[in-house]
Amino acid sequence: MRSLALPLALLSAPLAAQDHSGHSQPAPQEPDHCAMGHLPPEKCPPKSGTEPAADMDHSAMDHSKMDHSTMDHSAMSQPSVDHSAHGAMTDKSAPGAAPESAVPPRALEGPRHAADLIWGESAMAPSRTQLAHENGGMKTGMIMLERLEARVPTDGGDTGYVWDAQGWYGGDLNRFVFKTEGEGEFGAELEDAEIQALYSRAIGPFFDLQAGVRYDIEPDSRAHAVIGIQGLAPYMFHVDGALFLSDQGDLTARIEGEYDQKITQRLILQPRVELELSAQDIPEREIGAGLTKVEPGLRLRYEFTPEFAPYVGVEYEAKLGETADIVKAAGEDPDGLKLLVGLRAWF
Amino acid sequence: MQFDRRRFITSTAGLAAATSLSMPAWAKGGSLTHAKRGFGEVSGEDIRLAIGNHHFMTGGRSGHAVAVNGTVPGPLVRLREGQNVKLHVTNHLEEDSSIHWHGLLVPFQFDGVPGVSFPGIKPGETFTYEFPIRQSGTYWWHSHSGLQEQAGHYGPIVVESAEPDPRYDRDYVVLLSEFTPIHPHEIMRKLKVGEHYFNRQMQTATDGDMSGEMRRMWGEMRMNPRDISDVTGTTYTYLINGHGPADDLQLEFQPGERVRLRVINGSAMTFFNVRIPGVPMTVIQADGQDVADVEVDEFQIGVAETYDVIVTPPAGSHAVVAEAMDRSGMGVASLTSHKGHIATPPALREPVTLSMMDMGMMDHSAHGGGGSMDHSMRDKDAVPDDVKVGPGVDMIAPMPMDRMDFPGLGLDTVKHRVLRYTDLKAKRMNPHRTVDREMQIHLTGNMERYMWSFDGKKFTSVTDDPIRFGFDERVRVKLVNDTMMAHPIHLHGHFFELVNGADHMHQPLKHTVVVQPGGTATFDLTANEPGDWAFHCHLLYHMHAGMMQVVTVRPFPTPGEA
Repeated sequence: MRSLALPLALLSAPLAAQDHSGHSQPAPQEPDHCAMGHLPPEKCPPKSGTEPAADMDHSAMDHSKMDHSTMDHSAMSQPSVDHSAHGAMTDKSAPGAAPESAVPPRALEGPRHAADLIWGESAMAPSRTQLAHENGGMKTGMIMLERLEARVPTDGGDTGYVWDAQGWYGGDLNRFVFKTEGEGEFGAELEDAEIQALYSRAIGPFFDLQAGVRYDIEPDSRAHAVIGIQGLAPYMFHVDGALFLSDQGDLTARIEGEYDQKITQRLILQPRVELELSAQDIPEREIGAGLTKVEPGLRLRYEFTPEFAPYVGVEYEAKLGETADIVKAAGEDPDGLKLLVGLRAWF
Repeated sequence: MQFDRRRFITSTAGLAAATSLSMPAWAKGGSLTHAKRGFGEVSGEDIRLAIGNHHFMTGGRSGHAVAVNGTVPGPLVRLREGQNVKLHVTNHLEEDSSIHWHGLLVPFQFDGVPGVSFPGIKPGETFTYEFPIRQSGTYWWHSHSGLQEQAGHYGPIVVESAEPDPRYDRDYVVLLSEFTPIHPHEIMRKLKVGEHYFNRQMQTATDGDMSGEMRRMWGEMRMNPRDISDVTGTTYTYLINGHGPADDLQLEFQPGERVRLRVINGSAMTFFNVRIPGVPMTVIQADGQDVADVEVDEFQIGVAETYDVIVTPPAGSHAVVAEAMDRSGMGVASLTSHKGHIATPPALREPVTLSMMDMGMMDHSAHGGGGSMDHSMRDKDAVPDDVKVGPGVDMIAPMPMDRMDFPGLGLDTVKHRVLRYTDLKAKRMNPHRTVDREMQIHLTGNMERYMWSFDGKKFTSVTDDPIRFGFDERVRVKLVNDTMMAHPIHLHGHFFELVNGADHMHQPLKHTVVVQPGGTATFDLTANEPGDWAFHCHLLYHMHAGMMQVVTVRPFPTPGEA
């Protein structure tokens, strides 16, 4: 049986490939109405159907009627027959059938929900609410500690620390987002600390628009209005950018970008950069107008579990432009390289 | 010690009185008994099933389970074509529960979907399903409440045909599923918040042989070519009849016997590649419906599908291998003619990497082109107006092609014979019907947000806008997969015919159809079962994320007339 089928299949395969891939040539055969289910069985096989064949595209020909299944696929040593390409030419439309929108009137008869007739609306209502909740209505959330790290300056100086965390709760599109970050030196006072409370709304498949408030605890109490976007840019860059308008009328901005390069399934190298900008001088914070700070860094983490990943890294931090001048004038170093040890964790 | 002793007594009583109606220890949520692996059997016209909390253990993994009659999976429900059955289901959980009879033709009010067919079964309540058995074949049952199915609330159904079936000498159920020690709600949360949490087969700097150019292209689209399965062997132990690979399940036979294996994919999230190395399999049924014999060496079974195969193994021990499609693990049993001999399963094969075809593009490489990717991957003009292209849709397949001849991810390159939908041909003639109406349903999603939907609309936004069919209407439905994952789409209460190239009187009947990534699948439905029916992706967490709709077939008889 198979020995017979094999030569046949080999013969027909090149023919079929030629015929279908070179679809610029209209095929001479009649469309197979039988295969399309247009004709009653007694009319099969028809010589020429009663269908208006003239307005029929040749692409509507039922190539699927070609019995691929009888080809002995296993016998072909190479997957030279591109089945998927055949599928591409397979038009399975049913000419003469009504369009999707032509719902027959009887399909609209009766009560809104069939089960109400049997079990009563009051019995069904709670289960329907539950059903929606269980099929797309869930809310959830997480807390992500992006960076909790100790920073050792390579040129000496005191070891510092940084925290950077965010959390969210909500549905797929609308969420409450909480962010906090801050830094200081061990044994000294907290230098910077802020918290943000934001409403986040999906504005596309990969990005959320976020708006809300930020409150600085250090270096001095200050409130800001926040508007920003957060999401996944092409090439898998995670970005988070926001504009801040303080209660003093100062406009600043911050942009963070990071990328996860898997070395192995658990070892991940993360380049990360953070930029800060200011629209004006803010003398009490030693900030000059323009690009104020850039922080490129590289972190290598090991995911013992996805939720628990300690890391080591390096980060270069440089104050820029007028801000650098202000720092220099104060006798401080405007830039420096730091070695990092930290933890990325979420729950 | 005293406490342990009491638990032992409870457990013994629970097993002895497996079908008894009340088991207060379960209801009180006190000490949990260990669910037995595997399943017993219930049959007759009055069947009692009790849903309860248990522990379950396989290999090194243990955790909470929802068991029915004290076992995972629950009992085999054995019925006979033409009988009437009453199934009394008691819920000993502290939350609502239900049983859906997957593949059985039933009146819609007994289909078992809370919120669609009935109000559900409240804690402590017993609900009685009652219907005639109008068919034969291999089916299964499972919870349609919350995520209980993942926790063990499922079992097989075998309906014997009214006529004797001489095709086999021995008959086994091979029920494939998974066990995870993680609570299903926590799995769902991890899928929503963690980037590919369960995937440990991602491309890395050292893993995967994709060129730099291709990697950049996938990166540009913000897609991952190793997104094969959302939940993997990192948390799943794959089960055959409730037995993990370490549990050495044996299916015995005598040499020369024709053995029928009723393969049921009762898993929550896993497509399996099923093979018995060295033993060819003849497929005789798909989704409980007879098909013309097809001999294959391997087949991929989507979630909720069933295939019945006949094998005639030579003497010895043969591994029944159910390899997860992403190749992160396998379920194993031994088909053996020597009791106690355990077959050695083959090693897992290399992980699968998605191709351009899986994104609904032409395979340029196959045409000799270098793969110039000038397609828009989210062109709103490529879908009908009723598809909502919002944040929940991260991709629109630019050139979706019919992929019913695709054997499944990873099986397109194996050297032996594999099953394709285009191989299936109904054994009995279907009634002749012309197509009244055509429709298209797009399968849509967003991997990053873990949103899944039909036509860009989650179930929550279409609760009062079902898909409507007139009673006895014949509709050709084309499912277009605008995602990179294979989705097993299940319509309750009906069998549809795959438009797979078989002549239209022999199109195979199915209740679940896999739509391959970036491709299309088409079926003909005669909507002849009145009522409201669930229609959804049978990947449990996809359904939970919103890939669900209600299909209504009207008019339906009012209670007075019925």
